[in-house]
Amino acid sequence: MKIVTARRISQIFFFLLFVWFCIASTVGGKIWQIRGWPVNWFLQLDPLVAIGTILTTHTLYAPLIWALVTVILTIIFGRFFCSWVCPFGSLHHFAGFLGNRSKPTPKKIQLNKYRKAQCIKYLVLIVFLTMAAFPSIGASLQTGLLDPISLISRSFNLLLLPVLDSSVNFVSATPRFYEGAWLIFAVFLSAVLLNLVIPRFYCRLICPLGALFGILGRFAVWRIGKNQSLCSDCKLCERNCEGGCEPAGNIKISECVLCFNCLDDCGDDVISYQTGPSLAGEITGPDISRRGFVLSLIGGIFAVPAVRLSGKLSRNWHHKVIRPPGALAEEEFLKRCIKCGQCMRICPTNVIQPAGFEAGLENLWTPVLNNRIGSSGCQLNCVACGQVCPTSAIRPITLDEKRGIGKFADAGPIKLGTAFIDRNRCLPWSFGLPCIVCEENCPVSPKAIYTREYFNTIRGGVMTVRKAQGKTVETVENTMEADKFATGDYYCVFAGEKPVKIAANSENSIEISENFAKKPAEGDKIAIQVRLQRPYIDIEKCIGCGICEHECPVSGRKAIRVSAEGETRSADRILLLKT
Amino acid sequence: MDKQNNKKPVGRREFLRWAGKAGISIAAASTVSYLLYDATGPQPHRPADDLVTLPDFSVKQQPGRTMSIVKGSDRVKTVDKAIELLGGIERFVKPGETVAIKPNVAFASPPMLGATANPQLVAEVVRLCYGRARAKKVIVTDNPINDPASCFTLSGIGKAAEANGAKVILPKPHLFKHTTLKGGRLIKDWPVFYEPLAKADKLIGIAPVKDHHRSGASMSMKNWYGLLGGRRNIFHQDINTIIAELAMMVKPALVILDGTEVMITNGPTGGSASDLRRTNTLIASTDMVAADCCGCGLLNLRVSDLPYLAKAASAGAGTTDYESLKPKFATIS
Repeated sequence: MKIVTARRISQIFFFLLFVWFCIASTVGGKIWQIRGWPVNWFLQLDPLVAIGTILTTHTLYAPLIWALVTVILTIIFGRFFCSWVCPFGSLHHFAGFLGNRSKPTPKKIQLNKYRKAQCIKYLVLIVFLTMAAFPSIGASLQTGLLDPISLISRSFNLLLLPVLDSSVNFVSATPRFYEGAWLIFAVFLSAVLLNLVIPRFYCRLICPLGALFGILGRFAVWRIGKNQSLCSDCKLCERNCEGGCEPAGNIKISECVLCFNCLDDCGDDVISYQTGPSLAGEITGPDISRRGFVLSLIGGIFAVPAVRLSGKLSRNWHHKVIRPPGALAEEEFLKRCIKCGQCMRICPTNVIQPAGFEAGLENLWTPVLNNRIGSSGCQLNCVACGQVCPTSAIRPITLDEKRGIGKFADAGPIKLGTAFIDRNRCLPWSFGLPCIVCEENCPVSPKAIYTREYFNTIRGGVMTVRKAQGKTVETVENTMEADKFATGDYYCVFAGEKPVKIAANSENSIEISENFAKKPAEGDKIAIQVRLQRPYIDIEKCIGCGICEHECPVSGRKAIRVSAEGETRSADRILLLKT
Repeated sequence: MDKQNNKKPVGRREFLRWAGKAGISIAAASTVSYLLYDATGPQPHRPADDLVTLPDFSVKQQPGRTMSIVKGSDRVKTVDKAIELLGGIERFVKPGETVAIKPNVAFASPPMLGATANPQLVAEVVRLCYGRARAKKVIVTDNPINDPASCFTLSGIGKAAEANGAKVILPKPHLFKHTTLKGGRLIKDWPVFYEPLAKADKLIGIAPVKDHHRSGASMSMKNWYGLLGGRRNIFHQDINTIIAELAMMVKPALVILDGTEVMITNGPTGGSASDLRRTNTLIASTDMVAADCCGCGLLNLRVSDLPYLAKAASAGAGTTDYESLKPKFATIS
C-alpha cells in the first residue's frame, strides 16, 4: 500500500470518527448517543488546548494528558496530526483537492509554493499564548477562536448538524437553535472557500495549532527530504504539496504537514521520509521575523487589558451572561473555556447558547443560557454540560451538588441567577388575567415562585341589582357576555362581604354558587371580580433555572426573566446576603 | 546545490544528535505534564488559606480614662482636651510608631456640609501624632463610596492630612485581602482594606455624627464600613448585624466622634447646611459602643433606637451604659 493511500484512509477514518462523535454528543442511552463515547477525544489530543490552559491555570487538567501523546509523536515524526488526524485539515485537504484538481501542473506548483505569509500563523499563536500567559494583567484563553478542533467542533455541532438534522429530526426531536450561528458559519465557510485561493489556506496561514506543531516538530527525528542532492529538478514534488514547504529545494520542515504527496509524486525516488536533513538543504525553524515576533508579543500583552477596559469582567458585567451550572467564577471560567461548543451541543434542552458580542469580545462563543431558546430552561435533574466540558470551565458536578442535597446540603443549590418579575408585563399583575404558568413550572420544592390571592373588580364590573331571587341576581345592565364569568375565576361581591364564586351568567343575570351573607335589594350595587393569583419570587429559593422565563406566555419579552445576579459561582455577583 | 553534491547520507552521530534533541524535548514535555498534572480539576470556591485578620490596635484599659466628652465649638481645642483627659496622645501612640487614621471620607462633599470627617479635626490628630507622640509615620485612609480621589480632595481631608505630613492611601485593588470574622455571620471570606492597616501599629477612627436612614445613625462604628471592599452594600440587608460585626472586627486604639455639628436629617449624604445642627460636643473614647451611645443623643435618638449598639455590646465590643464608665467632661469656652 502506498503511504498516501494509508494517509487517506487515516484521514477518512479520523474524519468519520469526528463526525460520529459529533452525532454521539446527544444525551441518551442508545448506541449512537453519548453513553461512553469519548466525544472530547479530539479536543483532548489538541495540545493547544492543553498548553493554553496550562498557561492560564498553571495546571494540566487530567483528561488533557492525551495532548502529551500528540506532542511526543510530533516531536518524533513532525506535523503528522495535520495530514493524518485533524478533521479540519482533512476538510481543507479535500476542498483544496476539489477546487484545484483540474488546474495544470505549473499552476499547481505555483499554488503550492511557500509564501512569506505562512508566518502569520506563528504570530497568531504568539498573540494567543501571550494573552493566556500573563495572569497579573488578566489571563484570557482565546485560542478557541481559531483552534481548528474548537472551530470545527463548533461549526459541525452548532451549524451543520442542526441544519442537516432539521428536516429529519433524527439527532434531536425538536429543532435546535443556536443564536448567532451565522457568524460561526461565516468563519467556517470563509476558511473552506479560501482553499480555492490557496490550497489549505487556513492550515498554512492561520492555524495556531499548526504553528505549534511547526515549532514542536523542528527537531523531528524523521523528516521529509531529498535522499540525494541531484535530481532532475522537475518540481513535480511540489505539485500537490499540502504544506507549501517546497521539498524540491530548501524544505521548510515546520511547514511540512507530512502529506507524503511529494514522495508519491517523485518519479525518481529522490524524496524519502528519513532520519537526516534533506540533501537539498532544510530550514527547520519557523520563519518569523524579529519584528513580527516582538509586535505580536506586545499585541498579546495589550490585548487582554485592552479588551477588559470595557469592564465586562468588572462592574459592567452583562446580566445576561448566565453560565451553565458548575461554571467557574467568570475570571477562572475565561481561563479555561475554549469555545468548542460541546456544552451547547450536549445540552438536552438547547438552552446553552454561544454568546455574541454583547457580552464582551472575550465572551464570544462562550456558553450562556438563553431561556427563550430551547425546550425548557436549565433542566433541574441534568448536569450534562459539565460532564462534557473538556477543560472543566464547567465543572463535572453531580446532581447532588447542583441541587444542594446530600453532602452539599450546607452549600445549598447552585444558582445560575435570579428570576425577576416584570409586573408591567405580567398578566395577573398588569392585566387582571389569571395565569401563574411560571409558578406552576417552578421545579424547586418548596417552589421559589409563590402567589398571593387578589380580587380585582373587572372593567365595567360594578352593576345595579334589578332583582335577587335565590342564587340568581338579575342586573339592570344588559352588558355581560353569556357565561363569560362561569369559568371559576370570577366572583361576585356584595356589600363588602366575602366574594362569592359565579356559577353562570347571562347578559343580565348572574348565578352565584352560594348565597350572599346579606340579600341584595333592587338598586343595590354588586361588583364582578376576578380572582387573581399574583406571582412573587422567593429570592432565597430561586435557582435561576429559567424554566419560568421559558414558559411565560408573554412570549416576546418575557414577563419573568432570569438574569445572572445572585449566581453562586461568583462572590461579587451575589444579591442575597447569605448568613 | 553544488556545495551539497558531495554530502553523504546522514551519519550515526548526526542521527543521535537529532534523536537526543527530540528526547530532551519529549522529556521536558513529559516532566511539565507530570508536574502540572491536575487529577481533580478546579474547585468551586477560593481556598481559604490566605485569609487575613486585622491586627488588634487597642491600648490597655485605664479605669476612668475610657471616654471623655468635651463641649466647645473649636474642634482643634476640643479634640486636644478630649485626648488629654484620656491620658494624652502619648497613651495611644508610642514614639516611632506608624499610625493609621480612618476618617469618614465617604462622600465627595465639601467640609461645610458635614458628610465627611472634619479636615481641621483630622489635621489636629495628625499633628498630635507627629508632635507629642513622635510617631514615625501617619497614614490617612478610607475606602469611600464616591470616587476615592475626589472624596479626599473635596472633603479637604486629603490636603489637611498631607499638609501636616501624613500620607493619604487611596483604596487600590491590591490593598484588599479577604478576611473572616471569628464568630461573625456576615463577614466571611470578605475583602477588607487590609494592607494599610497591616503596616500600622495603631488605628484611630474619626467620624462625624450623622443621620443614616437605614441604620438610624452613622457614628464611630459605622465608620468602619469604609474598611470593607467588594460589593459591601449587600450588607444593608442586615445593617445592624454588619455594624455590630464591624465593631467586633476592628479594634482601634481610639475613636473620635465629632458632634460639633451633627447631620440631623437627610443623612448620610446631607447636601445642605440646613441638614446640620450645632451641638458643640466632641467625644473621644477607647470604647466605641459607649461613644456611639453618647453620640446618638445628639441626634435625639435613644440607645434602643439603634439595635446595633446592643448587638455590639453583647458581642463584647463595649458597653451601652456609657455613664458607668464615668466619662470625663470638660467645656472649652
